[in-house]
Amino acid sequence: MMNSTSASPAEPTISVSGDGTDARRNSKRPKYSRFTQQELPACKPILTPQWVISIFTLVGIIFVPIGVAALLASNDVVEIVDRYETECIPKNISDKIGYIQNPAISKKCTRVLKVPKDMDKPVYVYYQLDNFYQNHRRYVKSRNDQQLRDKSKANETSGCDPEKTTANGMPIVPCGLIAWSLFNDTYNFTHSNGETLTVNKKDISWKSDRNHKFGSDVFPKNFQNGTLKGGKTLDPTVPLSKQEDLIVWMRTAALPTFRKLYGRIEVDLKENDTITVELENNYNTYSFGGKKKLVLSTTSWLGGKNDFLGIAYISIGGVCFFLATLFTIVYLVKPRKLGDPSYLSWNSNRLMQ
Amino acid sequence: MSSERHLLDLSPRPPNPAPDILKPIPSSRSSRRSRGSRGSLDRINFAPPPSVIRYGSRAESDRLNASQKDIPDEDARLVSINDPTSTNERFEFSGNSIRTAKYSILTFLPRNLFEQFHRVAYIYFLVIAILNQLPQLAVFGRGASILPLAFVLFVTAVKDAYEDYRRHRSDRIENNRTALVFSAGDFRPKRWKDIRVGEIIKVQSNNTLPCDIVLLSTSDPTGVAYVQTINLDGESNLKTRYAKQETLLRAPEKQGLSGLIRCENPNRNIYGFYANMDIDGKRVSLGPSNIVLRGCELKNTSWAVGVVVYAGRETKVMLNSSGSPSKRSRLETHMNRETLLLSGVLIVLCILVAVFTGVWLAIHKSELEFAQFFRKKNYSNSAGRNYNYYGIGMEVFIRFLMAVIVFQIMIPISLYISMELVRLGQAYFMIQDSNLYDKTSQSRFQCRALNINEDLGQIKYVFSDKTGTLTENKMEFQCASISGTDYSNGNSSSPGDSGVYSVIVGDQYWRPKMTVKTDPELLRLLRNERNTEQGRNAINFFLALSACNTIVPLVVDTPDPAQKLIDYQGESPDEQALVYAAAAYGFVLIERTSGHIVIDVLGDRQRFDILGLHEFDSERKRMSVIVGFPDKTVKIFVKGADSSMFSIMEKTLNANIIRTTESHLKSYSSVGLRTLVIGMRAMNTTEFEEWHSSYEKASTALFGRGSLLKAVAANIESNLTILGASGIEDKLQDGVPEAIESLRQAGIKVWVLTGDKQETAISIGYSCKLLTGDMNQFIINSNSKESCKKSLEEALSTATKVSTMPLAGLGGGRTPLALIIDGKSLLYILETELEDELFKVATLCDVVLCCRVAPLQKAGIVALIKKRTDDMTLAIGDGANDVSMIQMADVGIGISGQEGRQAVMASDFAMGQFRFLVPLLLVHGHWNYQRMAYMILYNFYRNSIFVFVLFWYILYTAFSLTTAITDWSSVLYSVIYTALPTIVIGILDKDLSRKTLLKHPQLYGSGQREERYNLRLFILTMMDSIWQSLAIFFIPYLSYRHSTVDGSSIGDLWTLAVVIMVNIHLAIDVFRWNWVVHAAIWGCIVATFICVIVIDALPMLPGFWAIFHVMATWLFWFCLAAILVAGMVPRFMMKAFSEFFFPNDIQIAREQEKFGNVNENQNRVSEVAMSSFSDTQPQWML
Repeated sequence: MMNSTSASPAEPTISVSGDGTDARRNSKRPKYSRFTQQELPACKPILTPQWVISIFTLVGIIFVPIGVAALLASNDVVEIVDRYETECIPKNISDKIGYIQNPAISKKCTRVLKVPKDMDKPVYVYYQLDNFYQNHRRYVKSRNDQQLRDKSKANETSGCDPEKTTANGMPIVPCGLIAWSLFNDTYNFTHSNGETLTVNKKDISWKSDRNHKFGSDVFPKNFQNGTLKGGKTLDPTVPLSKQEDLIVWMRTAALPTFRKLYGRIEVDLKENDTITVELENNYNTYSFGGKKKLVLSTTSWLGGKNDFLGIAYISIGGVCFFLATLFTIVYLVKPRKLGDPSYLSWNSNRLMQ
Repeated sequence: MSSERHLLDLSPRPPNPAPDILKPIPSSRSSRRSRGSRGSLDRINFAPPPSVIRYGSRAESDRLNASQKDIPDEDARLVSINDPTSTNERFEFSGNSIRTAKYSILTFLPRNLFEQFHRVAYIYFLVIAILNQLPQLAVFGRGASILPLAFVLFVTAVKDAYEDYRRHRSDRIENNRTALVFSAGDFRPKRWKDIRVGEIIKVQSNNTLPCDIVLLSTSDPTGVAYVQTINLDGESNLKTRYAKQETLLRAPEKQGLSGLIRCENPNRNIYGFYANMDIDGKRVSLGPSNIVLRGCELKNTSWAVGVVVYAGRETKVMLNSSGSPSKRSRLETHMNRETLLLSGVLIVLCILVAVFTGVWLAIHKSELEFAQFFRKKNYSNSAGRNYNYYGIGMEVFIRFLMAVIVFQIMIPISLYISMELVRLGQAYFMIQDSNLYDKTSQSRFQCRALNINEDLGQIKYVFSDKTGTLTENKMEFQCASISGTDYSNGNSSSPGDSGVYSVIVGDQYWRPKMTVKTDPELLRLLRNERNTEQGRNAINFFLALSACNTIVPLVVDTPDPAQKLIDYQGESPDEQALVYAAAAYGFVLIERTSGHIVIDVLGDRQRFDILGLHEFDSERKRMSVIVGFPDKTVKIFVKGADSSMFSIMEKTLNANIIRTTESHLKSYSSVGLRTLVIGMRAMNTTEFEEWHSSYEKASTALFGRGSLLKAVAANIESNLTILGASGIEDKLQDGVPEAIESLRQAGIKVWVLTGDKQETAISIGYSCKLLTGDMNQFIINSNSKESCKKSLEEALSTATKVSTMPLAGLGGGRTPLALIIDGKSLLYILETELEDELFKVATLCDVVLCCRVAPLQKAGIVALIKKRTDDMTLAIGDGANDVSMIQMADVGIGISGQEGRQAVMASDFAMGQFRFLVPLLLVHGHWNYQRMAYMILYNFYRNSIFVFVLFWYILYTAFSLTTAITDWSSVLYSVIYTALPTIVIGILDKDLSRKTLLKHPQLYGSGQREERYNLRLFILTMMDSIWQSLAIFFIPYLSYRHSTVDGSSIGDLWTLAVVIMVNIHLAIDVFRWNWVVHAAIWGCIVATFICVIVIDALPMLPGFWAIFHVMATWLFWFCLAAILVAGMVPRFMMKAFSEFFFPNDIQIAREQEKFGNVNENQNRVSEVAMSSFSDTQPQWML
């Protein structure tokens, strides 16, 4: 009934002005193109039952095996977790905070760990802190990345509050709460056969951080000189790019329970070996009820021990299989021919009368 | 002589052929001239729509009468002719330089910013950004928080600056044009911008007027000037303006000229002007016919001289350059409701965060001092001072404000900007649509209002004008009844005497531009039986047709030098048709000046003096001319509407003829013709003298000229001999019946509101298939309130009875109902308690036809529906009389047709033909609604999912409002990561093809039922967004729990997951994948990856290189895949199940589009199968 769209191309130069104030300029035939007539070639996907069933099935087929593989990988990981902050404090001490804050008392403590299963090298040594909000806004923001990179920006301490300068106004390098609170427990491992297990602390941080983020000519200055010690003291003769514990610590954790890499033991451990850990319990988590754990763990291709992803994949796959079946059943019970005009409401209304 | 002409003196277009004392029906702009009458149209200039519209009230008449009175000095502008210095001495009149540009270089920044901040959305932006600048609240980096606002402001400012630059340029060109200005004894060229009020200027033929001038003299000895007002109101025909006799002969070069004009202060009414002029001690009054406005072009007049009265921005055309009305779409109103809801959610989230903060701080109060991650105190300068900690109460408050800043994106500010872009794009495609292009008038579709595109998809009522909207308003003379004989066998194809009649002038043939069908019987009568009684009557009839009008013949060259065309220019298409008809029968109007006309009467050229002319007005509904014949006799010719003519006929002698003529008229109007009755009377000398003196007196009167002239006219127009009547066809536009049928199928009620009389309206109703034979018609034309009430009640009871029966398309069922009501009855109904009754009846009826309605009654009827229902209304019309209705309706459409451009100026959309309404509503309206509805929902979803992801994380950060997603990603999220696809899809996506939508108009119902955007869909979408945000947050959370993952890495995962998720979500809902959509969606995902990588490649940021580390692990990719699948499963499942098992019409139509061919082959089979299964059918259709 309307003009057919097979208009011939007309004058090509047409300016479009929507306001219509200039009637004469508008009074030209619109240029014809598939674009302007909204007739670009297009694919019009429709969810036919075949598609729906195949998509659900396909997702199921892909997800379940991945889930199984992930679970297997997680099972292969051997993990020793030892919570020590409660044990490593003498039983008779009631003022834990006072105890931990007193530098005069030796904080040495010995733990014995049993290897439950063979652990192939490298065995990663982590410390795990619980309830430590490394993602607290006050904390995350309290750093200055320019200062860390660039020797000349040592005075650049903006954002580092409340650990910006010393009491006499000297800038702290590295400044900020994050660096100030650097973890300072230490671990030494001895194998049951009497061998000392050396912990390789090299390359525990990201290479990109060592090379680009922490300057090789930036040395700690005025660090940890305040009245309240937050954690580890840094050797002022070692450049920041070599302070790998700091670099690891400065990658603030995403969640309040987190692990940080302490080092690697590059020896295979056998089942039922025992490992004696000589540790210094220096770090104060007592003030906020945080837990400290020592973790020895191998890794798989998927990372550490975590069953969640495997279970998630298997369940998603399972749900998809279920939906595919459900759809098939409903489809068989109530089939419908696609594009049947008798389903149009005005047609079916008529039928109903 | 005929100095009392008005600017746009339309002669009767559709002369309303009924006495209508209470309510004139000015079906053309002619009513504007009837100053003393109601003249309701006077208010309709291009001013913003009046806030209160009174339907046909008398309220305005007092003000209008006032313009007949003298102008008090304090309200007047005094212009000394030819003395600009003293004119401008006392008053600061505006110079003639114009400035359409809004800004100068200095004022640009402040003014533009000021204007931009008129939008609430920007203020919200600004407040958030300012809050963020407070050190305690600094959530985002300074740059990141300002960026989006700055970006939007900058883009808008650049756009404004460019537009303004163009205006500056055109201003400069305009201001530097030159005109001839009288100074120091001669006319010298002067730049437009230097022209001052009071100066005398001279305009040459085909030149544009630089300012508003009062004509002093012209090249024509009688002082006539012809102007074209196309730049003013778009009307291309010529209009006549007059110089006053007093100034006519006084060339300023020779005698000099001085005087004082006292005129109204500048106003925007381009059809009115009132002033008087003191010259030579005489006071002469001036009217709209003496002023020529800026922007007009002088035509057919070699020069005109005038004095400047208004210049520059005080000219009427500049005062009228205001924007189109602004309306808000239905969808946007609903959207605001949901925006409020979302603000509620936002506040709840913020309160939750604040309360949790309070609880957490209270529990951990004692720990805060030494906890390394909090460390309440600052020891660096003076020990023990709290650092950035103000006690729990204050912390809670600060946390609340910070939460508002973090979650600000919940309110989709970018949506407002995207919507504007989308509408712009949609408008582009509507303008470009070749189906909306009118070849005959060469007019494209115009989008004048840019913010109601989507309303086009929800229309339930269409109110249409008849003349010029349903019909072409191209009048064609069809038949005549002369002295009781009907000549209606018009036939243009008869060989030999084909309607072309030409006149020989010198060695040239002049022939009328248009040919008209002629009746051979009548031609023969004119040729052979001139001396019979009937022959003489016929001659007088045609003389009346060619003399009694205001048509100006223009001689136009043709390629053949021996042939010229006579183009009859006039403002009334009816008059044009009549003059062309007279020409076809051998009465060719050749020349018209203000004093005489030359008519070629059957080959014999004769000069007739026009001694007087009484214009058409809507009260008399007729016009008359006093013609001095070459044989010195004087006759008066009158033509007018039948209702007004029969009362002034000499009845005793003509009783028979009158009776037969009346019956002819009835038959003419029953076939939809417009009728006019023509009468005449010979005047004897005394009668003439008497008339002449009173006419002279009246037309030179200073006060109340209009009513005096009317009285003179009424006095002389009496005791007429009937000559006959004419029938003019107003042809239906192409495709009107089909269009109406389509609209009806689409569930749209079409109401026709016309100024025509009932018979004509009904016959047009039949011819455009609005009315059908099987309809039950209620006709209400009552003369009193009581009878109105009675007929309404009757109609209501019948209608309710009938309408309880189901309406069936083909298989019988109830009879459709039609209501036909006239303006006089409406007078008793509108704005009284009967309105409700009318509403009930009207909504029960399938068709409503209102005839003889006044313009404001049209608006009243629209308001009747608008007030009582939520249904969307659309008004379509072409004339000034439709303006009020166009402005009243939710959507106003102007037809850019024959009748000037006022309807277009007042409209939201303008187009060339009525039938374009079908593709406009059914196709573009449907698309626009669907697109916009989806876009709004999607934007709500897109922003809220992001907020929820942020919120879940905040629960694990001691409620400290840390975001793992970087500041920059939060800012870029709605600007770059996800903005483009929704805009592209809002412009380009189509759920159904044009063909399908036109084939099944019923599909339009989805917009009327608000199926694509409603609270249910909104809540579902929000639930979906919560589920998806849970998947996005918790899958990585649980996978990375107890690992060494850092905030930046998991933040990058979340960023990418959200962006890919919302884009996949969009991708699943896209109907049509063309290359643009592909590019937008996949391009955006790629752009996000690039942005995240770039952000992580900046060593100054804590997240340096995180993305590379995390992307190198399997865990990252497995998390991403799991998020996307887990997030999309519920939605995908719902979509698959509902589309297949509970399909809506659109779904079925889509399937038909895709699998149509297969089905058509099987149709026959399926039909057979269907009939046997038809019992079980309804069960499937839940």
